[in-house]
Amino acid sequence: MKNNPLSIQELTAKAKIIRRSIIQMLAESGSGHPGGSLSAADLVTALYFNVLRQDPADLSSPDRDRFHMSKGHACPLWYAVLAERGYFDKKELLNLRKFGSLLQGHPDRRTPGVESASGSLGQGLSVGLGMSLAAKVDKRSYRVYVLIGDGESQEGNIWEAAMACAHYSCDNLCAILDYNGCQIDGRCADVMGLEPVAAKWSAFGWNVIEIDGHSMEQILNAYKQAENFKGKPTMIIAHTIKGKGVSFMEGVVGFHGKAPTPEEAKKALEELA
Amino acid sequence: MEYQYQRDIYGETLVKLGLLNKNIVVLDADLSGSTKTCLFAKAFPERFFNFGVAEQNMMAAAAGLASCGKLVFVSTFAVFASGRAWDQVRNSISYNNFNVKIVATHAGLTVGPDGSSHQALEDIALMRVLPRMNIIVPCDGPQTAEAINAVVAVNGPCYVRLGRSKVPTIEGKGEFVLGEAQILAEGNQVTVITCGVLVNEAISAVKNLKAKGISARLINMHTIRPLDEEAVIKAAKETKFIVVCEEHSTIGGLASAVDQVVAQNFPVKVMRLGINARFGQSGEPAELLKEYNLTSLDIEKTVISGIS
Repeated sequence: MKNNPLSIQELTAKAKIIRRSIIQMLAESGSGHPGGSLSAADLVTALYFNVLRQDPADLSSPDRDRFHMSKGHACPLWYAVLAERGYFDKKELLNLRKFGSLLQGHPDRRTPGVESASGSLGQGLSVGLGMSLAAKVDKRSYRVYVLIGDGESQEGNIWEAAMACAHYSCDNLCAILDYNGCQIDGRCADVMGLEPVAAKWSAFGWNVIEIDGHSMEQILNAYKQAENFKGKPTMIIAHTIKGKGVSFMEGVVGFHGKAPTPEEAKKALEELA
Repeated sequence: MEYQYQRDIYGETLVKLGLLNKNIVVLDADLSGSTKTCLFAKAFPERFFNFGVAEQNMMAAAAGLASCGKLVFVSTFAVFASGRAWDQVRNSISYNNFNVKIVATHAGLTVGPDGSSHQALEDIALMRVLPRMNIIVPCDGPQTAEAINAVVAVNGPCYVRLGRSKVPTIEGKGEFVLGEAQILAEGNQVTVITCGVLVNEAISAVKNLKAKGISARLINMHTIRPLDEEAVIKAAKETKFIVVCEEHSTIGGLASAVDQVVAQNFPVKVMRLGINARFGQSGEPAELLKEYNLTSLDIEKTVISGIS
């Protein structure tokens, strides 16, 4: 159950490997979502290698921490991290989105490590809430982590869950907002403004932490603070850059849901060497 | 004749189950006084969660609880359980094949005065299109208890449809077995297939028909999925035609389920009594059943018109 924590340098190196995997998978599948996978890569890498108490060899342990990726379209990231942590063979990554694959276009329970499907946005925080309530009923000490998106936060279901997590004082639950500021149709601010995001979550009764979602130091500190905070659920608002790590994808809305061409992938992998 | 509220029986059965099975949790969305999950809430407050008026959150949270091994009962009115939170039921419950029991009350026209917004006439259709979803429509109080006990034994999602109004207890219908039709009367000229509150109307109709020399078979099809296809095929073969009556849209419900089986296996005429492309409205249950042609007299007339 216990991870041997990696150093900041080691985590940074892992995140680079994960980003390379994401590019390779998407180039191979020819479709999928690079932008939001790359933006949340540091957050999810740090979580799986240094925070989450989960043993890939014993996924049925009732005391395991739970992670749920509510922004399911970023599953190339999830799959890459799971493979890197040993949940399944890394060779499987190249089957992303293919017929009969373990790795469906959006998360599915057939993938080792995936607790619940996602893809229809807005439901995952509620799923996390259910996991958190189950811990209370069963008097277990596991923690629940849920990654949500900023565009996803336009779903009403997110705010129903926000209200309920606070109502039930789910301090075993930590949500992470991958705040990259972009969605399919453009900048979130233009499509449907979210601000003031931090004030909204505070007003809903959450402990809110704002960080640079690409600083491993800030990410680890935020997870630590969340674990130590009692009485309220924690929302980590992680300011990120869509497509982070690949210069020509950074901040480019067009790479939300478009896989890189072979030439683009080659260039991206050179940058991530 | 004894009359009972199905939801009273549901609430009482939940409490009995809760005593035996500590793994059961119950969720409601601000309607626990009406759905009667309040009885479980009182008995086991640590295993009951009220979600307020937020059905989508409740359904997806039910999935989260089930993912951790809990046996989850989730209740609200049928119109909200099936319609308001359908995407959550589809993606988080049915697709995941989680062990969630949706027990929806206040289904159908017999909700009465609350009117159209609260009268679920489409819920069976909405649940029937979801893979893995078992669908049960008990006809009275005792069958409600049997159905609730039966869904506990099923490992997977279930939808149980209950009404709002008191319903008479149907005597002599035999033991409830999931997926097994109950033959309430034997006959060879026509088969009437029904479920839920209309079973009692159909019993009167079949009696009156018998007095008129018409031999009608009567089936209480309490389980709509898995459907007892054998009973339907047998009816098609042994009686000349079938009349389906249900407190639901004529599209997508029991009649559609019967149609599919009949059309593929032994095509005979299937006549439908249900709500035909209309919304509901306010009124007393008896007035509404009359307005929407769902009384025993309507069943009788339909059978007679089918014979001639």
